[in-house]
Amino acid sequence: MADASSFQLIGAGLAAIGTGAAAIGVGLIFGNFVNGALRNPSAAAGQFTNAIIGAALAEGLGIFAFLIAILLYLK
Amino acid sequence: MNPIEQFELQRIAPYFINGVDVSFTNSALYMLLAASAAIIVTLFTTSKRALVPGRGQALAEVLYEFVANTVRQTAGKEGMRFFPFVFTLFTFILMSNLIGLVPYTFSLSSQIVITFAFAAFVILLVILYGLYRNGFGFLKLFVPHGVPAPVLVVLIPIEIISFLSRPVSLSVRLFANILAGHITLAVFGGFVVMLLGAGAWAALAPIPILAVVAMYALELLVNCLQAFVFAVLTCVYLNDAIHPGH
Repeated sequence: MADASSFQLIGAGLAAIGTGAAAIGVGLIFGNFVNGALRNPSAAAGQFTNAIIGAALAEGLGIFAFLIAILLYLK
Repeated sequence: MNPIEQFELQRIAPYFINGVDVSFTNSALYMLLAASAAIIVTLFTTSKRALVPGRGQALAEVLYEFVANTVRQTAGKEGMRFFPFVFTLFTFILMSNLIGLVPYTFSLSSQIVITFAFAAFVILLVILYGLYRNGFGFLKLFVPHGVPAPVLVVLIPIEIISFLSRPVSLSVRLFANILAGHITLAVFGGFVVMLLGAGAWAALAPIPILAVVAMYALELLVNCLQAFVFAVLTCVYLNDAIHPGH
């Protein structure tokens, strides 16, 4: 029978999966940005801020998962 | 070696008023440092204004133009009245992040209380200015344009929840990014120490050092980017206060 603290560590590991999901999201955003930028390079500069905002929002959710993982790990 | 140790608050000048701890801590010291660094950089570089900018003046102009363009693009011309606020926020966070990257220093943005204070201030400013400028028209922010009434029943609570979660996500993004970066650096630094203490394995010690160097470059990027992201999102939220009803 495992004790509570080992379940905590398992939970921390599970929560850390979320950061990988956020990585997929950020990758999709920048991949599509580069895709669009190569099709129409003249419009790329104006959309870079939007790409950064999107990446920041997507990354924020992954950061939440990381935070939960850290809180569980250090408890 | 504990990777969390670097975030500990230390009392430099202990001081208590009726049992309330108001000591001068290392956090307060680095706050003063970051503020004075921002002031010194902008004051010194713009002290002798020349038509053809020198190196320092060019730096100040690039910084100014960069923030001014961001504000103009995301919050419109009217948003420029918030330019001093956004510029101050950006330079302060940038300076505290960059100072925090110097080894053995304390990183301000790794304290959730500081980033949350910023985020709460931004959101309060958005709410108060939005109400002051648009009156109750500000509440149109929660009612998206051209949506059929039955959908609104679902959409309005979602909009309100997403608005209320903004200060949390804004503060946690900055805080957790800086925290994660510094923990990663400390953990990889710990690998070097561990390998050096493991006999023949010490030959492998340069590998984590190289990783630390690479990660340091990444952290430099992340720290500047997070200051920028904080400023941009502040502008986006201020834009909501200036032009509600999207």
